[in-house]
Amino acid sequence: MFYGAAIALFACFALALIRAFAGPSVFDRVLALNMIGTKTILLIAVLGFATDRYDFIDIALVYAVLNLIGTVALLRFLTADKEAS
Amino acid sequence: MIGLLAALAAIAVAVAFMRDLLVVAMLSSIFSFACCALFVLFDAPDVAFTEACIGAGVSTVLTLAALRLTGRQERRSGRPATAIAAMVATVCGLALVYGSLDLPRFGDPRAPANGHVAPHYLTRSEGEIGIPNVVTSVLGSYRGYDTLGETVVVFTAALGVLLLIGGAQARPGKRGEAPARADRDVVLRAIATLFVPMTLFLAPYVQFHGAYSPGGGFQAGAILGGALILYGLVFGVERLNRLVPEAVLRVIATLGVLTYGGTGLVTLALGKGFLDYDAFGTRPVGQQIGLTVIELGVFMTVGAVMTLLFQRFAGRGEA
Amino acid sequence: MSAGEILDLARRLLGEGLLGLGALAVLVGAIGLLRLPDFYTRAHAGGVTDTAGAISMLTGLALLAPDPLVSLKLLIVLAVSLFASPTSCHALARAAFRSGHRPALHGNRLPPAAPGE
Repeated sequence: MFYGAAIALFACFALALIRAFAGPSVFDRVLALNMIGTKTILLIAVLGFATDRYDFIDIALVYAVLNLIGTVALLRFLTADKEAS
Repeated sequence: MIGLLAALAAIAVAVAFMRDLLVVAMLSSIFSFACCALFVLFDAPDVAFTEACIGAGVSTVLTLAALRLTGRQERRSGRPATAIAAMVATVCGLALVYGSLDLPRFGDPRAPANGHVAPHYLTRSEGEIGIPNVVTSVLGSYRGYDTLGETVVVFTAALGVLLLIGGAQARPGKRGEAPARADRDVVLRAIATLFVPMTLFLAPYVQFHGAYSPGGGFQAGAILGGALILYGLVFGVERLNRLVPEAVLRVIATLGVLTYGGTGLVTLALGKGFLDYDAFGTRPVGQQIGLTVIELGVFMTVGAVMTLLFQRFAGRGEA
Repeated sequence: MSAGEILDLARRLLGEGLLGLGALAVLVGAIGLLRLPDFYTRAHAGGVTDTAGAISMLTGLALLAPDPLVSLKLLIVLAVSLFASPTSCHALARAAFRSGHRPALHGNRLPPAAPGE
């Protein structure tokens, strides 16, 4: 059951990756990146359960907090870029 | 697992060919996520933890800050790729693959890495050092010398950046460079007001829990740096500079390395070898004292360095 | 079966059911990310995975956890995620809008660009 959820999450990962490659605008790519980040959180939690190692949840917690930083940095860069040009 | 490896290969190829560096930065971030998931699959939580801390927050931010200084598009180099260069690269790649065929199978108990010292660490660590997390005991005590080297490397990276990218005393740039301004969005400010203290609490938790679960000095330092970077991103680099001035951070980074090396000197002075924690008392108490002190040193250096790098990078570049 | 066993069975069934539901939500959102026509609609798809998917999966996992501390940690992850994901989505949509990106309306009539914020 856990591996089924992990496969579903990984499928989401792959589909978002396609969007990240293909996205016509840069915002599509950022969206894909954001989704991959949140799915990684879930994937790590599920894999932790699947392998009976519950320490991985700390990793998921850290990712949940730090994912915000990456997205905010990316967006500050983007708007600064547009405003300058 | 094969899927993740294939995704990694695809990302690597795309990164090499894409011209828009911003997309490259984002793809590198995705690469980091995939690596972290892979490490989790390989049952290596400490490595996954470090990859998460550094890749998710700090690495992406610093790449983007560097992009602000260099510009977004990669300049096409004048000379076309020659056939000889391609051949050399292919031959080297094939040689590496051929060499890797000789590596032991994944998880082979008879592999040299698992043969000599590893059983000693795994069986005796509980008795000699007394903490459940063997990775931390190997990192801090059995291989403490290597970790000192790593900490010095982090510190040297900071030195390089401080020398190359000018700080407050540098001449103003040609293109009207200005430090990153604050964001006026209410939602971001509110959420950051919530998140920064929470992350600041997370850092000591990871630091002190590193003995019992994946964690430790590096990860905690990266998390602390991440918290301060979030503050600087949302409220402006100038406020961050006033909160933690660069001079203070430089002192803290240096103190971290000195704490680590100083511990070694103290053990020398007490009559034992360099970084031999038996000088602090009988095992396991002496070992634990030594471990706590050096982890603190690593934490100080890594946290201060991350914030310093962000301050320097974000202090310049177009507004 | 005793009361404890019934409760345990219910907990397991509910947990696994929520997990499956979450996996389904994540898949639906991912397909939406690829097939929807416009950036703003794709942002909605992303939001589905972040809320329905994350809530179902993390609550399901919390129910299946062997230890209350693990459940608590999972719920903390969920709480943090519920704060962070909408913020990212909001910041993203705002950045897109301020950069001039406009939603594609029916009949390809784009609204006039809003005066700068």
